[in-house]
Amino acid sequence: MAVDLPDNVVVTKLDELASWCRKNSLWPMPFATACCGIELMATGASKYDLARFGAEVFRFSPRQCDLMIVAGRVVMKMLPVLQRIWQQMPEPKWCISMGACASTGGVFDTYCVVQGVDRFLPVDMYIPGCPPRPEQLIQAIIDLQDKIQREGTIFGAEFKQTQRQQAKRALIELPVIGQASEFRAAQS
Amino acid sequence: MLTRPAVITALTQQFAGLTVSEFRGDTRLVAPREQAFAVLEQLKFAHGFDLLVDVTCVDYLNAREATDRFGLVYLLANTVENDRLTVRVFLNEPELTVPSMVPLWEGANWLEREVYDMFGITFAGHPDLRRILLPDEFAAYPLRKDYPLRGRGERHNFPVLRRDQA
Ligand code: SF4
Repeated sequence: MAVDLPDNVVVTKLDELASWCRKNSLWPMPFATACCGIELMATGASKYDLARFGAEVFRFSPRQCDLMIVAGRVVMKMLPVLQRIWQQMPEPKWCISMGACASTGGVFDTYCVVQGVDRFLPVDMYIPGCPPRPEQLIQAIIDLQDKIQREGTIFGAEFKQTQRQQAKRALIELPVIGQASEFRAAQS
Repeated sequence: MLTRPAVITALTQQFAGLTVSEFRGDTRLVAPREQAFAVLEQLKFAHGFDLLVDVTCVDYLNAREATDRFGLVYLLANTVENDRLTVRVFLNEPELTVPSMVPLWEGANWLEREVYDMFGITFAGHPDLRRILLPDEFAAYPLRKDYPLRGRGERHNFPVLRRDQA
């Protein structure tokens, strides 16, 4: 069935159109708690120019953001703040864990540093490095854009998949060195 | 820097229980717990030690040659005469209370709160003895040597947010 479309009409799926809009206007929430935050600022500045990817609008109100960038170590006093800010961000939203500290705790294996924010938050992209170079952050944002385009839906059905609802596998199965028995008890 | 000998002589004559020693050119004074406030008061008002540089603490658990558990350290300075002095007060469980030095130096307020937060030493008469760095619900004193380096699971004691809980 051939339909004659004028040149200025494009046919697409609504999901893809929504994802296309979203991926090109990510507004980051800079949760910069330590030295990785300096690289985050460098990424936003003119030399690396995050604006090329539509993600230059750093907003300091979580209500206006849809991309949480956790840049730096998070201590146990800060984690409730991080979780509250995450909950205040409107859907759809994504999270990038930037640097060794945010992803695993890094070298700070002490009583007060959370050993990876992904234990308590859903994280979409991890960036290795201490600190990661701006190129790595930009690569993560490009990869996240691909991910949004690939699986995004207009009503956020991809966030409701059961696989994503499960608590982190690592948290349940893998033994953690130096883990106290209190934690095991709290989990079960 | 060695403290002026006149100060040390006057103090040791006034207070019987003091021990004076020197280490790498610094004068150290060990005062018994009961005399701590009187000694520091005398140092401030009679000998011009107008600045409390720091209050901190050392846990001597399992340390070689240590006889006491905690060593509370007061670092004093005389900004007029350019004089410095270290005063130590040794503490043992269960008597971990010393008089607060806030009546002498206002600056002792947060310093003592930090020692309380990290070592669990209480300061009698402190106007506002709360934890200063750790959250109020924290139950341990993390700079004590018998506290594990990785904690007792406090860093994992949070609810896990899922995707749909936002
Ligand atoms: S990963 Fe390295 S640069 Fe980043 S917050 Fe940790 S210590 Fe700092």
